[in-house]
Amino acid sequence: MADFSLSRAVRWDTVVGALLIVVLLLSFGTVDGFGNALNLSFLIGNTLPIALIALPMTLLVVSGEIDLSVASTAGLSGAVMGALWNQGMTIETIIPICLLLGVVCGLINGLLVTRLGLPSLAVTIGTLAAYRGIAQIVLGSDAVTDFPTQYLDFAAGRIGDTFIPYAFLPFLVLLAIAVVTLHATPFGRSIFATGASEEAARFAGIRVKRQKLILFTMTGLMASLTGIFWALHYASARYDNATGLELSVVAAVLLGGIDFDGGKGTLGGAIAGVFLLGALQNVMSLQDVSAQSQIVVTGVLLVLSVLGPRVARQISVARAGRRAAQTLR
Amino acid sequence: MTYPSTTGPAPVLALRDVSKSFGAVRALRDVSLELFPGEVHALAGENGAGKSTLIKTLAGVHRPDAGQVLLDGAPVAFHGPGDARDAGIAVIYQEPTLFPDLSIAENIFMGRQPRRALGRIDHRATHEATLALMQRLGVELDPDRPARGLSIADQQIVEIAKALSFDARVLIMDEPTAALTGSEVARLFGVVRTLREQGAAVLFISHRLEEIFQICQQVTTLRDGAWIASEPLDGMTEDDLVRRMVGRDLDELYPKQDVQPGEIALSVRRLTREGVFTDVSFDVRRGEIVGLAGLVGAGRTEVARAVFGIDRWDAGEVTVGGKALTNGAPSTAMASGLALVPEDRRAQGLVMDMSIERNIGLTGLRTTVKAGFMDRGAERSRSLDWAVKLQVKYARIADTVNTLSGGNQQKVVLAKWLATGPKVLIVDEPTRGIDVGTKAEVHRLLSELAADGVAVLMISSDLPEILGMADRVLVMHEGRLTAEIPRSEATEETVMAAATGRAAA
Ligand SMILES: Nc1ncnc2c1ncn2[C@@H]1O[C@H](COP(=O)(O)OP(=O)(O)OP(=O)(O)O)[C@@H](O)[C@H]1O
Ligand SMILES: [Mg+2]
Repeated sequence: MADFSLSRAVRWDTVVGALLIVVLLLSFGTVDGFGNALNLSFLIGNTLPIALIALPMTLLVVSGEIDLSVASTAGLSGAVMGALWNQGMTIETIIPICLLLGVVCGLINGLLVTRLGLPSLAVTIGTLAAYRGIAQIVLGSDAVTDFPTQYLDFAAGRIGDTFIPYAFLPFLVLLAIAVVTLHATPFGRSIFATGASEEAARFAGIRVKRQKLILFTMTGLMASLTGIFWALHYASARYDNATGLELSVVAAVLLGGIDFDGGKGTLGGAIAGVFLLGALQNVMSLQDVSAQSQIVVTGVLLVLSVLGPRVARQISVARAGRRAAQTLR
Repeated sequence: MTYPSTTGPAPVLALRDVSKSFGAVRALRDVSLELFPGEVHALAGENGAGKSTLIKTLAGVHRPDAGQVLLDGAPVAFHGPGDARDAGIAVIYQEPTLFPDLSIAENIFMGRQPRRALGRIDHRATHEATLALMQRLGVELDPDRPARGLSIADQQIVEIAKALSFDARVLIMDEPTAALTGSEVARLFGVVRTLREQGAAVLFISHRLEEIFQICQQVTTLRDGAWIASEPLDGMTEDDLVRRMVGRDLDELYPKQDVQPGEIALSVRRLTREGVFTDVSFDVRRGEIVGLAGLVGAGRTEVARAVFGIDRWDAGEVTVGGKALTNGAPSTAMASGLALVPEDRRAQGLVMDMSIERNIGLTGLRTTVKAGFMDRGAERSRSLDWAVKLQVKYARIADTVNTLSGGNQQKVVLAKWLATGPKVLIVDEPTRGIDVGTKAEVHRLLSELAADGVAVLMISSDLPEILGMADRVLVMHEGRLTAEIPRSEATEETVMAAATGRAAA
């Protein structure tokens, strides 16, 4: 149908960013216990796992693919960490091994998608089950909790009396890298092109398969990093760590205006979506909203986030139309 | 129906003083048009003149900002394409709009398939009805095959069949012949004449002027959205029409320069892709324009795709500037100086949702880079340069390419590839859907490129274009090269004979 060129389009990522600020301000004013530094550091710390995985997931979704196995990769990585720790290995050897494992998990997803041409949704639902299964084999129902305290302190602590968790700083670095990669490098350009039209991207000489393989691998790496962080942050490595986290990530990214058809969205929007979801959950917990109701609220938000960009576009179209009508008169 | 007193039948469909703007672009300004039963009416104008917009207004896709659409003399307001279709107006758009995963039959009878008891779709009846339509068009297409993978020519045929299936009183065709070859055009015109004799009103757009003179009685010309004239074609010449369209006399359409060919730039040796083409060998020298002619389906596009690396070849070798290309790797082909302007600009040539700037920029991801980051300034000036050089008509360089008219989209594809400064340029139907003025422009450009030492391989179904531009003509027939004809001996007869397999040259 008629597609309008929008001069002053209401951008959804801006809307989400504004929404995040509004929610934060409102919560400061009205929710008891929200504004203190400790609570804020909890908010950030609990949201970090989602945020960490959302970085590569955004790039992957923009390129037209998805990875639902991320939470299982995180769980597997935590389980292996626990098992190796029980074996008496030092944490300094364990962490690189776990990260390598994440790379392998991502590579497997990527190879299945690019070499066999399978849809990533199907592939990663499969590996979601497989990686989690391996995690259970590796660690059984044990919970490993006795990691070295300096690591636990780093993963759970905050800088002095501020609201900033230590772990937030490396996240900011990773965020900056992801933003620059997606929005300021040739690789980022080719991700957008591939997501919008894979065929046209191929005809422009873009190495689509290689690109996707890299993205899946990065996603696996970040998922395992998240798994390590999770086990240290909650001082517990279990095979079922981070179960269901993939849904929060996908939901947050969607909320942030990343189009699941690929080719559209900004990392800023995605991260705003992540923290919006995190803030709402924090507020609801403070207000003693039941877990079930929290899920309902999250669901409603998701539906809104799918409708939102459409409504925003329609408003812009109507505006453009009115302007045009005025210039005619 | 209403019949006015003396002047014969009333127009079945008309526009009166219609205006339509997109933001700052005034696509139509006070345009009027009348379509009569039993008449084929041409709509002429340069790329971006507003022809497609006019059609979309008639078809209920766009609401006019001002003015009226009249059906049988009475004003109507179509609230969508469905309304127009119910009123007996069938439209074949410039861009085929088939659903790739549905079969041909399902595409044609979408949402109105014959039913059996309990509302089940009657596949047999759908199949039969589709066959009947295909017969009426004189084509052989399997009604049950999916639309995915159909050539543009075949997709266009399905669109036409779909329009016919509505028993339309008004048939509107936006560049239906752009992707058809001579015999397919003749077949289409046969159908159009039949429809006309049965009393249908037809509105026809084409950038091939000879077609307009062949099939139309009346012509309306638009220029920059404004109505210029509506007049009978009888007694007009092509030059008259061109002057109406561009407002001045036209330069030569085939400005071919004589160039002394240099060393071999592209060499293809015994290239084979099983079941598609066999044993194809040819060279293109620097400074040469080599035409690749043949019927649609002869394998020309497939050879180009394989050479560029989109598809893998099974046997053979391709070298550019003496260096062998990797099988199936467009990025290395690009790096060795090969460029391919593909056949299907919407699916292959452009990312439709991306801006003009970024689309042209896509071929510069290795060059407009500073320290690993995109150099936005360089990207923009590169894109602007080429958009201006090719005279692309746009409002802002940051607009998405799907807001451009068809011809201007094609220019963006050309710009995107010329910007790479190729050593070897393969163009597949480079002037499809491009107006005469721009066509001459593109030809002049190709000629200049050749003069600058670029080796050009030009695939075209437009025979006069091949004859006018090529130093040598290669002809393919059923997946094989059947003839190589030097410019001096190339005529419609010699080329067509080889293309249809009638003569071994
Ligand atoms: N949806 C749209 N949004 C913005 N501008 C548009 C849109 N559709 C058309 N235009 C503009 O309106 C003008 C007329 O376009 P139109 O497609 O009607 O041209 P045309 O005569 O059909 O050209 P061609 O021969 O190249 O197909 C062009 O400048 C085009 O960029
Ligand atoms: Mg058009």
